[in-house]
Amino acid sequence: MKITVASGKGGTGKTTVAVGMALALQADGNRVTFLDCDVEEPNGHIFIKPDIQKNEDVFIDVPEINLEKCDFCGKCSEICAFNALLVAGESVVVFHELCHGCGGCNYFCPKGAVTLIPKKIGTIEMGTAAEGLNFAHGQLEIGVPLSPPLVDAVKKKQNGGITIIDAPPGTSCPAVHTVRETDFCLLVTEPTPFGLNDLALAVEMTRALDVPCGILVNRAREGWDIIDKYCKQNNLKILMKIPLSREIAGAYSKGIPLTFLDKEWGVAFRRLFRDIREMVESERNNRHQW
Amino acid sequence: MKEITVISGKGGTGKTSITASFAVLAQNHVMADCDVDAANLHILLSPEIKAKHNFWGMPKVEIDAEKCSGCGICEDLCRYGAIKDGAVNSMECEGCRVCYHACPEKAIRLVESLAGEYYISKTRFGPFVHARLGVAQENSGKLVAEVRRQARELAQKEGRDLIITDGPPGIGCPVISSLGGTDLAVVVVEPTISSIHDLDRVLKLTEHFNVKTAVCINKWDLNLRNSSTIEEACLNMNIPVIGRIGYDITFMAAVMERKPVIQMTSSVVDNIVSLWHNAEGILNS
Ligand code: SF4
Ligand code: SF4
Ligand code: SF4
Ligand code: SF4
Repeated sequence: MKITVASGKGGTGKTTVAVGMALALQADGNRVTFLDCDVEEPNGHIFIKPDIQKNEDVFIDVPEINLEKCDFCGKCSEICAFNALLVAGESVVVFHELCHGCGGCNYFCPKGAVTLIPKKIGTIEMGTAAEGLNFAHGQLEIGVPLSPPLVDAVKKKQNGGITIIDAPPGTSCPAVHTVRETDFCLLVTEPTPFGLNDLALAVEMTRALDVPCGILVNRAREGWDIIDKYCKQNNLKILMKIPLSREIAGAYSKGIPLTFLDKEWGVAFRRLFRDIREMVESERNNRHQW
Repeated sequence: MKEITVISGKGGTGKTSITASFAVLAQNHVMADCDVDAANLHILLSPEIKAKHNFWGMPKVEIDAEKCSGCGICEDLCRYGAIKDGAVNSMECEGCRVCYHACPEKAIRLVESLAGEYYISKTRFGPFVHARLGVAQENSGKLVAEVRRQARELAQKEGRDLIITDGPPGIGCPVISSLGGTDLAVVVVEPTISSIHDLDRVLKLTEHFNVKTAVCINKWDLNLRNSSTIEEACLNMNIPVIGRIGYDITFMAAVMERKPVIQMTSSVVDNIVSLWHNAEGILNS
């Protein structure tokens, strides 16, 4: 079972929740894999403290022009949809940071002057934390604007059991690549107009991707009920609430997971997982009937 | 004309509340929201939309089954696995158009795709350019570039000499797109281990793009040890820490009231005012 933990907006407590659930399930004897797909700002390792045993670089293919063969016809620059090639006079400039590695220039060059060479876009680090807890995260190279291929590569590191995926914030390419084809998406939000605005976008994303979702309200406070109202109107289920508390914020600041702060959180996260599993199963049954 | 961009490695550090407060304090400026993926600044500025424009993303491709001979060339060439059994999965398609150029039957056509909208608005704190990227859309970097272009045009037209930009989180394509050519990047950080880790990556990014950078520590009294770690790291990198804002739930309360936090009564108001004066000082130096 693959659960992504996502949020329309950053800083809602996504990592706190993903880590809490992974540790609570592991403590209960489950085999768990924690994948941090927030490759721009991976933070899960700060709380999980894995022992990294393996590194793997991720590459895309970028062009290199052989000026001996090139006759500066301009074909490559004409077909490149990302404006990553410029042919001017007797020179060809490749803007590596714009290249998406589609291979088009290589395929269409009439002179065979384009070779593709690998360019590193990031690294995946893999390891284990406690007994039965596998960990992997991706780190995007600084200055590389292309995170989806790295996200896809991290996602391939699941290895049976329960997979908890910490998604990048937002609702565009990196988040979409993370959430799609998972069994459930838990959306973490906070009870403010900011939280609501971004939650609505995230819900729209999970619906477009056809992934069932549920809501977790972080920094909940008596009387702040705009998320409750929205969920009622839109037939969404609030699965858990974590209160606004300086103590929790303080523990977070030190890299202490919620489950270490108080055993009760372990119980709460296991209950959360049970609820999610039930929702996934009933969803599956519904789909079978159709 | 000057541009100041407020960013944060991690989201939720109070970046938008601080940007909105700058809007109250500054004069003769244009506001821009470049966090197009999860735009929030409009919630605090209550804009009155004056003009709305479509944002066209990369064209998508479509296969005309009538013309397709089933040769399979497109499927072999697509590096993103977006073509299967003679159909394009638009979620996987990167829009590279290799299939379109390669199809011997000219069976693949380009279809325009509406990726979002951008708006020119009026607010009680001056003109405002903002946008909304469609859900599950690519190209946030391009939309950011469009918002910035519109903001510059507007500033020029109205003779305004400052652009205040709420930047996107992270270090990927939208941030890169919002940093080029800005005069000052203010990075809002919290004294948490996560945020320190992200700060390190953001500072490498601003250095990579050669952007003048200053740091503001929000919730600085939440963890004094971490705050001094940040101060020390900044000192070593020669990056000024120009603001220290106390931990205060007024930040959230202000959002509840849809107001810039500076319009509330709280000790953080003074902190933000001095942050702004320091930022202005750097901008005008
Ligand atoms: S298509 Fe080939 S020959 Fe033509 S300009 Fe590009 S690299 Fe040179
Ligand atoms: S590989 Fe594709 S994106 Fe990269 S330069 Fe060649 S045509 Fe452009
Ligand atoms: S390349 Fe053209 S003709 Fe061949 S399978 Fe693709 S769409 Fe059909
Ligand atoms: S445009 Fe590029 S990514 Fe999209 S289907 Fe064609 S070859 Fe694949």
